[in-house]
Amino acid sequence: MRSTRQAQMDGAEHQTRTRVIALAGNPNAGKTTLFNALTGLRHKVANYPGVTVERRSGRWTLGDAPAELVDLPGLYSLDATSMDEEIARDVLRGSSASPVSPDAIVAVVDATNLERNLYLITQIIEHETPVVVALTMMDLFEEQGHVVDIEMLSKGLGVPVIPVDARKGTGISELADSVAGAVGTSQEIPTGLAAELSGEGSEVFAPYRYISGIVQSAVKHNDVDAHRFSDRVDSVLTHKFWGLLVLLGILLVVFQAIFSWATLPMDLLEAGFGALGEGARGILPEGILADLLVDGVIAGVGGILVFLPQIILLFVFISILEDTGYMARAAFLLDRLMSRIGLHGKAFLPLISSFACAIPGIMATRTIEDRRDRLATIMIAPFMSCSARLPVYVLMIAAFFGGQTVFGFVSLGAVIMLGMYLLGIVVAIVVAFILKRTVLKAPTPPFMMELPPYRMPSVRTVLSNVLERAGLFVRRAGTVILAISIILWALAYFPRGGAAEPGTETVASDQLENSFAGRLGHAIEPAIEPLGYDWKIGVALIASFAAREVLVSTLSILYNVGGDADETDGLASALRDAKRADGLPVWTPLTSISLMVFFVLAMQCMSTVAIVRRETNSWRWPLFMVVYMTVLAYLGAFVTYQGGRLLGFS
Amino acid sequence: MKLSDMPAGSSGTVTSVDDSSRVGRRLSELGVVPGVRVSVIKHAPFGDPVEVRLLRYNLALRKEEAAVVEIDPASANGRG
Repeated sequence: MRSTRQAQMDGAEHQTRTRVIALAGNPNAGKTTLFNALTGLRHKVANYPGVTVERRSGRWTLGDAPAELVDLPGLYSLDATSMDEEIARDVLRGSSASPVSPDAIVAVVDATNLERNLYLITQIIEHETPVVVALTMMDLFEEQGHVVDIEMLSKGLGVPVIPVDARKGTGISELADSVAGAVGTSQEIPTGLAAELSGEGSEVFAPYRYISGIVQSAVKHNDVDAHRFSDRVDSVLTHKFWGLLVLLGILLVVFQAIFSWATLPMDLLEAGFGALGEGARGILPEGILADLLVDGVIAGVGGILVFLPQIILLFVFISILEDTGYMARAAFLLDRLMSRIGLHGKAFLPLISSFACAIPGIMATRTIEDRRDRLATIMIAPFMSCSARLPVYVLMIAAFFGGQTVFGFVSLGAVIMLGMYLLGIVVAIVVAFILKRTVLKAPTPPFMMELPPYRMPSVRTVLSNVLERAGLFVRRAGTVILAISIILWALAYFPRGGAAEPGTETVASDQLENSFAGRLGHAIEPAIEPLGYDWKIGVALIASFAAREVLVSTLSILYNVGGDADETDGLASALRDAKRADGLPVWTPLTSISLMVFFVLAMQCMSTVAIVRRETNSWRWPLFMVVYMTVLAYLGAFVTYQGGRLLGFS
Repeated sequence: MKLSDMPAGSSGTVTSVDDSSRVGRRLSELGVVPGVRVSVIKHAPFGDPVEVRLLRYNLALRKEEAAVVEIDPASANGRG
């Protein structure tokens, strides 16, 4: 790392080399807003080598010279407690382990919260890389009637201080000029701070004493309480009773939106992929290539991409809740409940999101600092009944519990559905409890969290966040999904049957029975018989390991009711009428309950597996997840079916 | 008196923080250092965590963590 800097100092490449500038600062200091203002909406997001910490960077210009701006994870001090903070610390210290060697550091400081923000600055300026302070939230600062002497602040810290307003765009060019001027210099520590640090007392207390001196001389604070507005809002939003009620209301709105607003774009996508498949079939010569492209690639990838609208909507909500400052309040409200099972208050939202889809939920666990906590949250997220399970529940309930009521007025189907959701929640709690005491054994991590003032969400921040997440889902999950789709397609396609008339439904079901998937279904029949399943359900189970809702379309093919998943009614009656060789029905209400329990507990979603692989940076955790959830699902379905029979149900 | 024992609405000045513990050190880095005024705003719905205000910002922490901070409730002269 030193040698790169040396080369640059030597001057040969001085004019042409792209400068690397690191952006650092406390969480909530306005770092993301400034980053977006400096770099626009196009960012490169990758992982730092070997770890799951994201390296987000964008293009910036210093005068005429191009520069790469690297957004470091937010941190309060260089005393790192999480992987994110370790990376930021190494970069800011210029340590030899650092994956980035910046030419200069832009340190973001929130003017309304100077002392705590400046603590990090006192640590950064102890190291060699030149620092420029970008002073944010100046509009709010002035609104509150405070006054700051920028020059005196700059003198006290020994670094340039540039007030910026990222939303209005003021101070941006001054910041660039100042950074351009700082490149190539070496940071020095102010003598006053050096004296304070070498004196008596704690290494944390000393910088705070120094900061307090600077702030007292450079800033005149108005005594009006800055947080009055936020505190007033919080008198409702974090109220013991109203706070919880509002949280519940917000969740309801989010869910309603995800399930109803996303329907139209999802239908359009589905229709689009259908049309694309038919179009491809029309152009391509009939044969294996057409089948692979249409039934394997387009149907497989399309089946996952239809969830994109839900994922995008969910991220819009999550980003808005985060950007306004509400998310911290939600964690505050629920930390007590979550800490009982050994998790952090911040785990609540990812888990709630997982009711829509585990993928955005798992991606949202990034806010949890402790690695083991985050893993435990990821491991239980798929137990939340996601929207892909709904078609399965709906089919089973329509087939075996349609129109029945309990107490004369409550629909039995609704009770069963609710039961499935609750089962997932209870199992998740138990599993988290066990994981946190075994594989992921660790004390409940501390909960020290800033409750930032409420702010209007920035459209730009929300937009860039959503684009980034959606892009990651499509790119990273997409490649794995493509591969698995092709494998599953091949399993159901080969070996090809005899010379029967192609295209008829009967032939399609015969072909499936004869395929590797069908043979697998027969092969596992003895193993799944105690769960109440026959080989057809076995085939459907195998196929649904790609994605849960595939169960419906696979059963449709097997029962010759057409591949269209919409024909729930036709399929429901076909299931009810299906008979075994001995004349007994294949499906009973108990079978359907057993199957629903299996679906609550099993890890049948290759996109989730792909995302867990990405988020944990290893195959170990996703494999562990698939195995333990499948075992749980088997046991759960076994207990349900056998227990139900013992109790006299059928 | 310990910060964890202070009722909502009360305030005082930090007299000591056990910064040999990880939690204490983290808290000091967040500005909970001797001489700083801290006021307790409220407790969360299930009694924990607690929200406090110091150095012009609001911080939420669990009572367990607040127990490493000693407060002089009589002194209102801390810097804020």
